[in-house]
Formats: sequence, structure tokens, C-alpha cells
Amino acid sequence: MTEADQSREAPAARWFDDEAGPVVRPYAMTRGRTSAATRHRLDLIALVVPEPAADDPGRDQTLSPEHVEIVERCSEQPQSIAELAAGLDLPVGVVRVLVGDLVDDELVHVTRPVPPAELPDVSILREVINGLRAL
Amino acid sequence: MAFGRSSSSRRQPPVEPVTLKILVAGGFGVGKTTLVGSVSEIRPLRTEEILSEAGRPVDDLHGVEAKSTTTVAMDFGRITLREDLVLYLFGTPGQDRFWFLWDELAQGALGAVVLADTRRLEDSFAAIDYFERRGIPFTVAVNCFEGARRYPPEAVRGALDLDPEVELVLCDARDRESVKNVLVAVVEHALVLAGPDRAPVPG
Repeated sequence: MTEADQSREAPAARWFDDEAGPVVRPYAMTRGRTSAATRHRLDLIALVVPEPAADDPGRDQTLSPEHVEIVERCSEQPQSIAELAAGLDLPVGVVRVLVGDLVDDELVHVTRPVPPAELPDVSILREVINGLRAL
Repeated sequence: MAFGRSSSSRRQPPVEPVTLKILVAGGFGVGKTTLVGSVSEIRPLRTEEILSEAGRPVDDLHGVEAKSTTTVAMDFGRITLREDLVLYLFGTPGQDRFWFLWDELAQGALGAVVLADTRRLEDSFAAIDYFERRGIPFTVAVNCFEGARRYPPEAVRGALDLDPEVELVLCDARDRESVKNVLVAVVEHALVLAGPDRAPVPG
């Protein structure tokens, strides 16, 4: 294919370019909210754990497909906020809001990573060292 | 809507592991994502956060009219040390000059690796400075690129003006064993800093 062919085809294939950003603005999924109502800011490594009530998230008609997908992803194995953001290809801030909704609905709960003031816990650090050596 | 999940799968509540994080910082192209990938049990994932530059420390007036957002990207990996203990490694892509604005990333971090390339030591200054100021335990790992001139560790320490207690190790970011040693060094350093009455793990 010549360069001329490519340049002729390109506009037809994609009427927008990367400069346009995402076609759906990320925070449209949160209805414009940029922070969750939950008390704690969710850490990147906070794990999202489904509650028994989340067995069939599709039943709740107020949930968006993204909410349902978060619950489903966590059902297999608790997922961190970072993993969910990467898996859903959404900014971390958007995932925080969506997870906050699920916490409010008591469909999931979130583990709190050890707060910095309590770190480093010596016994945990020793376990990490032993675990790394055993890898 | 069917989810293909049997009800019996919910009998056992999922284990809720303790999660910890170690940061991997350094200049562009120094091998941070390579390092993460060498020990991660998953292919490094990328996550992004949209930051408002309004949160940026204002040191000149040009920032005011250019108030905009910037996207900070992080590559991360996961190491399940035990069923109930999971370590996440977060690498900071070097082209993002604003990664250090993502202060929350550093919050609660067990420690950090500053990956350095002796050909571009100045690229690691910002990361060293950042962790020093926040009192986050860190270890400098010199990534020994093929063809790069080797310098004695003491010379590199001097060039980086490291405090005596900060460890400097040579590593190969592509090598799993080498990266494991770097991470052990970080956690051992964190253990020493945890308190004067606490001795490092023997062996």
C-alpha cells in the first residue's frame, strides 16, 4: 500500500484521532462525580470483596454495566482498585467512584491496606522477605 | 442475566489478603517496567489516573491560565507471596514528569526501588529526593546495561550523594533472581528503619 492510499483511507476508518481523547468522557460513567461518598479514599491496592448480596448483580437495575463488571471480576478473586482500573481500562478515579457506589449498596466491601502510620509491621516485613526469598 | 457462577462457589468467603506495595521509580527507559515484569506473576498492567494540574504546587503564574489535566500512568505487577499476603509493584513510566504528584501512591508504601542507569544518573535525582523527603525506605538499584561502563558502587554512591544507610545494589532488571534480591534489600532496609530495637532477618 502506498502512502497516498493510506492517507486517503485513514479519515474514513476513523473520523476522530487520538487528540480527541476517549469518545465517551470517562467521568460520564460516574454521572460527573469525581469522588465517592465513602468515608475513605480507596487506595490503589485496596481489595474489592463481594458481599453475599452481590451474587447476581445484574438483578439490580440501577447498576451500570461497569458496576456489574466490577462485581463479576471480584467474584472469582478479590481485585485491587488498580487491577480493576487496568482491567476495565478506566481511570483509577472513575473506578473509585463506581466501587464507592457498590460499597454504598452493600454489594461489596473494601479491605483497608495497612495505614502508613502502622507500617512497617515487623512481622509482616519478615514474612515479605521470607516470601520473596522463597519465590 | 446469567453469570455462569454456581451458588456453591460462594460457600467459602474469599480469602482477604493483606496487600502491600513497593514503588519502582527512576528515569525514562531505565527498565522499571522490565523490573516489574521480571518478578510479577501477571504481565505488567497499566493503570491511569487523570490529575488536575490545579493540584500542582504553583511556582509560576503560567500555570494559572494553563489549568488543565494530565494523565499519569503506572505500570504494575503482582506477587502473591502467600494466599493471604500480596505484594504489588508500581512502576512510574519515566515520560510522565508529574508522577510525583501522585502522592497517594507513596502513601502506605512499604518502600521503593530507585532504578538508576550510570549513563544518566541525574535521571534518578528526582526520585531519590522524593523518597528522602517523605521518609520512605528506598534502595538504589543500578541496572547494569550491557555495554555500559561499570563504576565501583562507592563512586556511584558519591555521585548520588546517598546517605550512608541507604543501600546501593547492582542488578539486572531482566533477571528474576537479581530483582528478587533488590526487593529483599528494600524490605530489609524498611525493617531496619522500623525501629532501632528491631534486628534484620538473619540469613
